Amino acid sequence: MSVLLDHLPELWQGLLVTFQLTAASFLGAAVLGVLVTALRVSPVRVLRALGTAYVETFQNLPLLVLLVLAFFGLPEIGVQADLKVTAIAVISVYEAAYIGEALRSGVNSVAKGQGEAARAIGLTFTQSLRHVILPQALRTVVQPIGNIFIALTMNTALAAAVGVVDLTAAANRVNLLEAQPIPIFVGAGAAYALIAACAGFVTGRLERRLVILR
Amino acid sequence: MSTALFDEPGPRARRRIRIATVIGTLAALALLALAVRQFAANGQLDAARWQPYATWPMWRYLLTGLWSTALAAVVSAALAMAFGLVLALGRVSRHRFLRVPAAVYVEVVRTIPALLLVYVVLFALPKYGLDLPLFWKLVVPLSVSNAAAFAEIFRAGIRSIERGQGEAGLAIGLTHGQAMRLIVLPQAARRVLPSIVSQSVGLLKDTALGYVVSYAELLYSGKVLAAYNGYLIQTYLVVALVYLVVNASLSKLARTLEARRRAGPGIPRRRSTRA
Repeated sequence: MSVLLDHLPELWQGLLVTFQLTAASFLGAAVLGVLVTALRVSPVRVLRALGTAYVETFQNLPLLVLLVLAFFGLPEIGVQADLKVTAIAVISVYEAAYIGEALRSGVNSVAKGQGEAARAIGLTFTQSLRHVILPQALRTVVQPIGNIFIALTMNTALAAAVGVVDLTAAANRVNLLEAQPIPIFVGAGAAYALIAACAGFVTGRLERRLVILR
Repeated sequence: MSTALFDEPGPRARRRIRIATVIGTLAALALLALAVRQFAANGQLDAARWQPYATWPMWRYLLTGLWSTALAAVVSAALAMAFGLVLALGRVSRHRFLRVPAAVYVEVVRTIPALLLVYVVLFALPKYGLDLPLFWKLVVPLSVSNAAAFAEIFRAGIRSIERGQGEAGLAIGLTHGQAMRLIVLPQAARRVLPSIVSQSVGLLKDTALGYVVSYAELLYSGKVLAAYNGYLIQTYLVVALVYLVVNASLSKLARTLEARRRAGPGIPRRRSTRA
């Protein structure tokens, strides 16, 4: 146990980086994901195809491959950026595919008649989206988005493999120094489990508040 | 085709769609042009830098890596599925002493990054005298973490089978184990097949962690090649392309299976599948 306390500053720093990566990537993924969803449900075939291509590409590539490609490839074509920023950008782009897919299935879960009824009573596109479609769609995507958030938290650990010193990397460094793997890795694992538990708790609450019994 | 969002387009909507088509195409082309320009400006488009990937020895090396990837994925998938099935059966068991540990395992492992498990196997286990061969250093953590995912898939499958199926089995005198094995599991397995395939795609993606373990799978082979010829971007793009082709084919298979399951005669589904 004392190992954890002795190296609290490093581990805390790592945890903070993990928090940063998680929060920033989730935000980026949410924004991009909404864009991708907009592409995928649009009535324009070219835009739909672009959205589908995006989702297909990033769901079928390992995140680590993308990270490696960005970390070693981008400087080669003259794009220099901070390690952490690159990691956040790559994780956002990757997870946006999953968020886009979740949101799309949410929009598709709304019955066609709902939109038709909204238009029949004279709501404009924005109004029917805001008052009819989105409230119903969002309700069904809370759980999937929560799961994506947890997966994203786990995925930020991969940034450690390309040199970002997050919680996983910090735990590994401390272990190389102290050679006391059990408390260190159990501690790091517990921290991840705690983040996931918080996310699960929040999505559970959200879902209960949004659910409408029919 | 009208959807929840849009009606059948009229003349004005069709004009807007045409405009959006043109703008969308132009935007996509502009992005592509920007990328090409950036590549060209830094000399990354020189034929000499791509030429190695038109030769057989390079591809032979990468395909050997792909073979190792497949091997690791198949072995991990088999182990994870077997263990996942045991966990799922534990979670639906009538006995508390089986239910609780299985639930704890699934809930805990689900929230631990695979890379952390890899580090445990790489750096922690050797200290306790357990120094696995490279292959197992990759396969063990992947099996451990994916077992939890497979357990949840199997459990969802078992739960989706109507209670009456198992009860009918008990009524004709089967034991609980027999009813599970002969009646519930075969139906559940068929229902979750698409999820199993897509989870296997996830597992195949996870084998890229061989990069960390130095197990010579596809990504690590790419790393070796890039270190050897110095063509970083080209090598990793080729590696990404190989992953993309393999995984997209598997995902396509999952979708085909799903479509067939939905269309097929099968048992009428009573439970809604709203996630």
